[in-house]
Amino acid sequence: MANPLNRPSRKNPIVKTRLPTLPPTTRGRFALGLTAAATEGRFELQVCADCGAVQYPPREACNQCLSVELKWTPQSGAGELIATTVLHHSNDLFYRDRMPWRIGMVRLDAANDKGPSVVAHLHGDVGEAPSRVRLTARLDRSGQAVIYALPEKETPNMADDPQYRETTCDPKFRKVLVTDGKTALGQAVVKALAAAGADLIWVGQAEPWKMSPGLDKLREFPQVAIVPLDVTDADSVNKLAAEIGGKVDIVVNTAELHRSGGIGDRDNTDTARREMDVNYFGLLRLGQSFGGAMKFRAADGQSSAVAWVNLLSIYALSNFAPHGTYSASKAAALSLSQCLRTELGAAGVRVINVFPGPIDDEWNQLLPPPKLGASVVASAIVKALKDGVEDVYPGDVAQEWLTKYRENPKVLELELRGGGM
Amino acid sequence: MSALLNTLATALSGGNVRIVDLTQTLSPDFPAIVLPPEMGQSQPFRQEAISKYDDRGPGWYWNNFTLGEHTGTHFDAPIHWVSGRDLPNNAVDTMPAAHFMAPACVLDCTKESAENPDFLLTAEWIKAWEAKHGQIPKGAWVLMRTGWSKHLTDRNDAVAYQNMDATGQHTPGPDTEAVLFLVKERDVIGFGTETIGTDAGQGFHLKPPYPCHYYMHGAGKYGLQCLTNLDQLPTTGAMIVAAPLKLRQGSGSPLRVFALVEEA
Repeated sequence: MANPLNRPSRKNPIVKTRLPTLPPTTRGRFALGLTAAATEGRFELQVCADCGAVQYPPREACNQCLSVELKWTPQSGAGELIATTVLHHSNDLFYRDRMPWRIGMVRLDAANDKGPSVVAHLHGDVGEAPSRVRLTARLDRSGQAVIYALPEKETPNMADDPQYRETTCDPKFRKVLVTDGKTALGQAVVKALAAAGADLIWVGQAEPWKMSPGLDKLREFPQVAIVPLDVTDADSVNKLAAEIGGKVDIVVNTAELHRSGGIGDRDNTDTARREMDVNYFGLLRLGQSFGGAMKFRAADGQSSAVAWVNLLSIYALSNFAPHGTYSASKAAALSLSQCLRTELGAAGVRVINVFPGPIDDEWNQLLPPPKLGASVVASAIVKALKDGVEDVYPGDVAQEWLTKYRENPKVLELELRGGGM
Repeated sequence: MSALLNTLATALSGGNVRIVDLTQTLSPDFPAIVLPPEMGQSQPFRQEAISKYDDRGPGWYWNNFTLGEHTGTHFDAPIHWVSGRDLPNNAVDTMPAAHFMAPACVLDCTKESAENPDFLLTAEWIKAWEAKHGQIPKGAWVLMRTGWSKHLTDRNDAVAYQNMDATGQHTPGPDTEAVLFLVKERDVIGFGTETIGTDAGQGFHLKPPYPCHYYMHGAGKYGLQCLTNLDQLPTTGAMIVAAPLKLRQGSGSPLRVFALVEEA
């Protein structure tokens, strides 16, 4: 079993901070299919539609029959470890810092006994060959999929294995900023992070004269510090970044403004502006203030800067006219988060986008169920950090939209236009 | 220069007439008025540099700013309230320039407001004040001094300044009879406060709701809010300069408001 993670000792202030490096980043167009599935936590390989052969590595044509009908298909990952070795040397700057590094050869199970063999990174609890393992596709610090062999069954402290942690953004012993603690969702996120072992949780509070009883309850958590933060005010964001920016390992941006209504429901832009000011410009201000220090600290020991979570909405994918201006602000935020992903990704900091369906709050009062409880979304956020994925779609509504969006975004748009969703 | 203005100029330069700034600094964290979230919201003050001797403009510094008309220390015109909507010259751009200056009476309710944040200034209270200090002259500003501005200036405590609980805001202000007395019996130019509104925090529950807004603006009178340094004014005799920005059909405006005070 992996040694349980200990709280890291305090940073030695006279030792130079290690700069972030990335494992090999470049992938061909076909290999990106593996990464695309891994961003949502799935392990998919191409399977030949003509002969059924499972392909690895990803390719253009079947390695058995040359068919070009290769479909990305979820895999169980069950396989046999047939050889292992330990690397003690690498010219790659990322792996040089992490030697020794254990890898192995795994033959995937397949009906025709022609499962491909895969060179995989090994979780520390994977024994010597031969043994049974589970393969999974994980995102490494470059944001690309790599294949990890895990022990067949869960082992104690599994998440604490150092080689495995290179693919996770676990909040355990990390310092987290939750940008808005005044909403039920923000408060649920704080509680979920505390339960996951976060070391320190800064909780943003805008307009402190407007009371939030739930926020006061958070003061009972010893690891919580409530701080002034108004994402609509660059001064406020800059001031907090100056105070704590060099310590924040994870940002969870829960700040959002949600009002119902589309274009014709109002005759001015005031509400839409405020939605944009929080949902889009708020993210921009936070990125400008906190992004730089997080990039610098992306290899800063065990509790490095590691992830940035954005609370978006499933309405970011396609406009839901009854909440039309809100949808537009979330679509803008989605686009900006992709920019943030590129910029932070260059240092190995992961940007996680969360696309919940309607949340059971006062602004969705008139929407019929199913609506998501705040704690469900909070759990999904913490799970995404632990799994190290990029995109999560919590709840049935989000899943249904996503499926339709993937099948045909135009059909989803048409269905929404007809009120059929 | 006329003899009168010449005397004023000499008094200003010689220090016999002092200028007291009654304005709070506009900053992003200055508390904005609170309305139910489903209603239209006043934008708080926001400020962003266009350039600051940098690559955006190497030799100069300047900002863009945004804010609602009723942000920070500000002026209320009669058009602000439904009761004053049809009056002539009721907006900040059309109000008579002659109204930019007027004498002030300062009603010191500091003690009462410290004891009771929901203190309501009554007509009786004003009459008792007049018995001591003389009748409030026609066309004067009536400034309700409560010490409330010190929550911000001395303690930087916006929470205490807003003083909200589950039943809303708790700040002092005038009651309906007091407002009617000032409007009908004294024909003042307007009413000024240190708090975020000319009405009490619980003014919504008076009859009519927000009587100071309702009757003052309904009679073509003005309001001044978020004033500070009222404790530096004499009880009577100060001259107020309150000229709002000339915003087209503006309902109010942030402004630099100050007083001329003759040294004894």
